[in-house]
Amino acid sequence: MSNRIKSGGIWRNIGFGLSVFALVSPAILVFLWMISLSLKNELDNTAYPPVFIPNPPTFANYIEVFEKNNFLLYFWNSLLVTGGAVLIGLLVGVPAGYGIARSKAYRTAVMILIARMTPALSYLIPLFLLFQIVGLIGSIWALLITHLVITVPIIVWVMIGYFEGIPQELEDAAYVDGATLWQSFRYIALPLARPGMMVGAILAFIFSWNNFVFSVVLGGKNSRTLPSAVYNSLTFEQISWGPLAAAALLVTLPVILMTIAAQREIVAGLSAGGLKD
Amino acid sequence: MTDKALPETEPTHGGGTHLAPRRYFLFALPALLLMAAVIISPWLFTLVMSVMEFKVGGAINFVGLGNFTKLASDSRFLESVGRTFWFTVLAVVFPIGLGTAAAVVFHRQFPFRGLLRTIFIMPMMATPVAVALVWTMMFHPQLGVLNYLLSLIGLPPFAWVYDPNTVIITLVLVEVWHWTPLVMLIVLGGMAALPTDPYDSATIDGASDWQMFRFITLPLILPYIMVAVVIRTIDALKVFDTIFVITQGGPGTASETLNIFLYLQAFQFYNLGYASAVVMVFFVIIVALSLLLLYMRQRLKWNAA
Repeated sequence: MSNRIKSGGIWRNIGFGLSVFALVSPAILVFLWMISLSLKNELDNTAYPPVFIPNPPTFANYIEVFEKNNFLLYFWNSLLVTGGAVLIGLLVGVPAGYGIARSKAYRTAVMILIARMTPALSYLIPLFLLFQIVGLIGSIWALLITHLVITVPIIVWVMIGYFEGIPQELEDAAYVDGATLWQSFRYIALPLARPGMMVGAILAFIFSWNNFVFSVVLGGKNSRTLPSAVYNSLTFEQISWGPLAAAALLVTLPVILMTIAAQREIVAGLSAGGLKD
Repeated sequence: MTDKALPETEPTHGGGTHLAPRRYFLFALPALLLMAAVIISPWLFTLVMSVMEFKVGGAINFVGLGNFTKLASDSRFLESVGRTFWFTVLAVVFPIGLGTAAAVVFHRQFPFRGLLRTIFIMPMMATPVAVALVWTMMFHPQLGVLNYLLSLIGLPPFAWVYDPNTVIITLVLVEVWHWTPLVMLIVLGGMAALPTDPYDSATIDGASDWQMFRFITLPLILPYIMVAVVIRTIDALKVFDTIFVITQGGPGTASETLNIFLYLQAFQFYNLGYASAVVMVFFVIIVALSLLLLYMRQRLKWNAA
């Protein structure tokens, strides 16, 4: 049906164009305003009427973020936590997706869905106490372990879908030739599921990177991830708008770039299951 | 999703070794153990904690259902439940409507469609905390850009998050901005599978665009919309980041939803026993609502079939 409306008149096309414009403009406005705030000095940022276009643009806010706020430490923390959680997520999640898809153990899949449904704060109370007892509060490890709650379900869910799409016949042929279960997984199913691993890893990365509440509760002064570090700089230092916008932009830049680079995979992954968080 | 599973009994292929599901299950074992450790054991622990009185640094006492009876008469808690429902209704209805409309738009072919779609889904990918900080600056009553834009079209300044009467609707606005793209993607995924013949015959019969949408497209994509409703409901119930960053539940308690109430009890006041009881109530609400919605989805699907 996609080409059905080609015959429409010029007014219809204009109306359609306007609706597209209306749909994308809120997103554009917020991001442009974020960029604008980050490139202006404090005088322009608090001017009324607002100054929209930085003139001349200044990078002072970005320099301040890097100089004053240990930004690189928090960036590194985020990278360790998210990177580690995605890697472990792939390590256990890909075989799990395969096992569940092949044995059609969908009840197990439901369990993973339930994990998706519960508010993160509900596991944080016991985990907080547990990490306190074993002395992991304020360490990167506590955050990395907790972030598995985000990455494992996403990856398992995406992988179930991918492995279901790989015909069993290919593997049956391998069994006839004497392959073991592991070999057929390793040499037949796994290479075919590589695009799925990509989708799962990207989505898991984004939602783990964006997570805020785990680090608010479990993060220490030196183990915080970026989102909570930026939030903390807001409350404790009465930071001004320019550097704050610059920091906010830097926090979200990696996932925005990833979205642009991998938009096709993301669309495929999310429209299939609509899984996030 | 998995509801269209393959037929249960597959024909046996010549010499095909269909291995017992049990052996495939070994593949899932590490992930299951891990999830059990990080998710299920905390749940059990929370269940136990919910019948205890326990403040960090204090003694642990068994109080039976004491925490729950206390909750039932805690007006701050009850108000937060009501607020959460109100917020959820708004934060489901608007994204579903807008997201479905957006899916209809992006289903068509037009110049720069890929680029515009990427821009459209960006809010969903952006770090909520980062965006919330920018919203906070935009909501500023005197210096915020939003009130300036309102003044340009001749409207009086709006109080946004600074008035108990407008704070919820303003936070819903942020939520709509964030998550309408997810609804769009789910519905768009459903539209990709639409058959073409009904539209061809409808065109011959002279049906209008709206009629085609109402009587052909909508019934066919309804299951997908229901999936989006379920996901949106769950997410709206447990929204935390945006509210916490923008208002911390304020002004006063005017935007204190269940999740914010829970956070304050657990990690501000350190009433861990009481907070665990809140988790239990919260969990029951989420599961009950999801089951209700899934049940409705099943019904709708059967009617449509």
